[in-house]
Amino acid sequence: MRYGMAIEINKCVGCADCVVACQTENNVPIGYSRDWIIEKVKGQYPDVFLHFESQRCNHCDDTPCVRTCPTGASHVIEGGIVKVTQDECIGCGACIEACPYDARYFHPDGYVDKCTFCDHRVQDGLDPACVAVCPTTCMHFGDLDDPDSDISKLIRKRENFTLLPEAGTAPQIYYLK
Amino acid sequence: MEENILATARDIHGLYPHVHVWGFPIAAYLFLGGLAAGILLFATIYYLRGKAEDMPFTVKIAPIFTFIIIMIGLFLLVFDLHHKLYVWQLFLTFRIESPMSWGAWTLVGVSIFSLLWPLSYIDDIEAYLHERGWRRLDGITTFIRNLEHNWKIPRFIILTFRKYRTFFAYILLFLSVILGIYTGILLSAFNAHPLWNNPILGPLFLTSGVSTGSAFVMWLSNNHKERKLMSTIDMVLIAVELFFIIHMIMGMQAGPEVFKQAAHLFLGGEFTVIFWVIFVGMGLVLPFVLEVLELRGFKIHPAFPALLVLLGGLLFRIIMVQAGQISEYPF
Ligand code: SF4
Ligand code: SF4
Repeated sequence: MRYGMAIEINKCVGCADCVVACQTENNVPIGYSRDWIIEKVKGQYPDVFLHFESQRCNHCDDTPCVRTCPTGASHVIEGGIVKVTQDECIGCGACIEACPYDARYFHPDGYVDKCTFCDHRVQDGLDPACVAVCPTTCMHFGDLDDPDSDISKLIRKRENFTLLPEAGTAPQIYYLK
Repeated sequence: MEENILATARDIHGLYPHVHVWGFPIAAYLFLGGLAAGILLFATIYYLRGKAEDMPFTVKIAPIFTFIIIMIGLFLLVFDLHHKLYVWQLFLTFRIESPMSWGAWTLVGVSIFSLLWPLSYIDDIEAYLHERGWRRLDGITTFIRNLEHNWKIPRFIILTFRKYRTFFAYILLFLSVILGIYTGILLSAFNAHPLWNNPILGPLFLTSGVSTGSAFVMWLSNNHKERKLMSTIDMVLIAVELFFIIHMIMGMQAGPEVFKQAAHLFLGGEFTVIFWVIFVGMGLVLPFVLEVLELRGFKIHPAFPALLVLLGGLLFRIIMVQAGQISEYPF
């Protein structure tokens, strides 16, 4: 079992429904967010290209955030989901420094907070809130280890990229072109 | 042209425009850890080489300061935590992959032994304090003596330490090497910041830590020969540091774009002046020159070069912590 996401960038309209859905589902404090939208502009007028990317923790295969955590608060659970145990976190910030994607932040209560792939929903067989709510259905969630899952097929079929593969973290969110 | 714009509001302190969760306390903590490691390294090495009588300050007196230095460092570290009440979680596990974890454990060991070490030299410490005219601190030495005379357990501990000092010196030497390396490589464990992702940074921090240690001894020692030796050692260390710095920056220049950008922070970027003029100029080159002049017989108060080296060491860590956080991968 290896959970991951595939996001079709040509379908995403940058509506930020995923951001709001996550904030509501996970009680994210006001002003904070576990996922966010990046608008990428490329080229020179008149050949300008723009696309949106819904970004969050990449639930990397090689996790510098977990490695540098001195207490074990940051850990990986079944399915490769990277989580933080609140009462083991001392708020040292090591994992925030270690993550190249700005995926972690200090919750106002002091511990570190981040995307959980909505593991509480996933356990019940549901998609993460962001995926479930997307009006253009540009996001797909599933088991990357299963070659017959929809997401594995999509990634095989479509040209794709991950964010900052050069940072060496083996991110598990694939952006489909 | 390529531009990445954050399109949704993310009003999170310490993430934008770049990660900034570590500041002065961490830099100062790294500085104090390196300084303590340097002082203890000299104390134990000279003790083990049988030089306790020739180098009385280095071996017997200087380690008292390490306990205080480490306590200040630990205070800063805890002060900087965002979830302070859970700090004990650090001591429920040992995670070999996390430099912070083994650093925390090493600090516990070092602080215990660096307290016992000077306790076993209480007579010499008292003599030093009297010579310096710090009689007001007599209360502390008298207290320790009373402890030793009237209480069984402290007496047992102090006597055991005195008896097996060589054995404990090896332990302390080992711990101080770990502490020095740890404060050096801590930042290099964070590959997400190209500036820190550098094999030279560890040795550079270690050298700088030992150099601040020698400067500290040089500053406070009351023994002429000892001062001279420490100042010579410090000069060598400064030369090594300069070599590492050049090497580090040239290495980054030769790397991929993000590493070039990291080097640019010091080559025209926002840290250029503070790094070259204040740190390299006043924290390395100037004390080096002053030490040379002093060895040549010019009258220069040793506090001068020593304080410059110490302030330089602290500034170097402040710069590296700040600049490292600015140095990021674009995504
Ligand atoms: S995206 Fe960041 S927080 Fe998430 S697993 Fe990767 S390194 Fe860790
Ligand atoms: S802030 Fe918390 S989760 Fe992050 S490294 Fe420190 S203890 Fe671990």
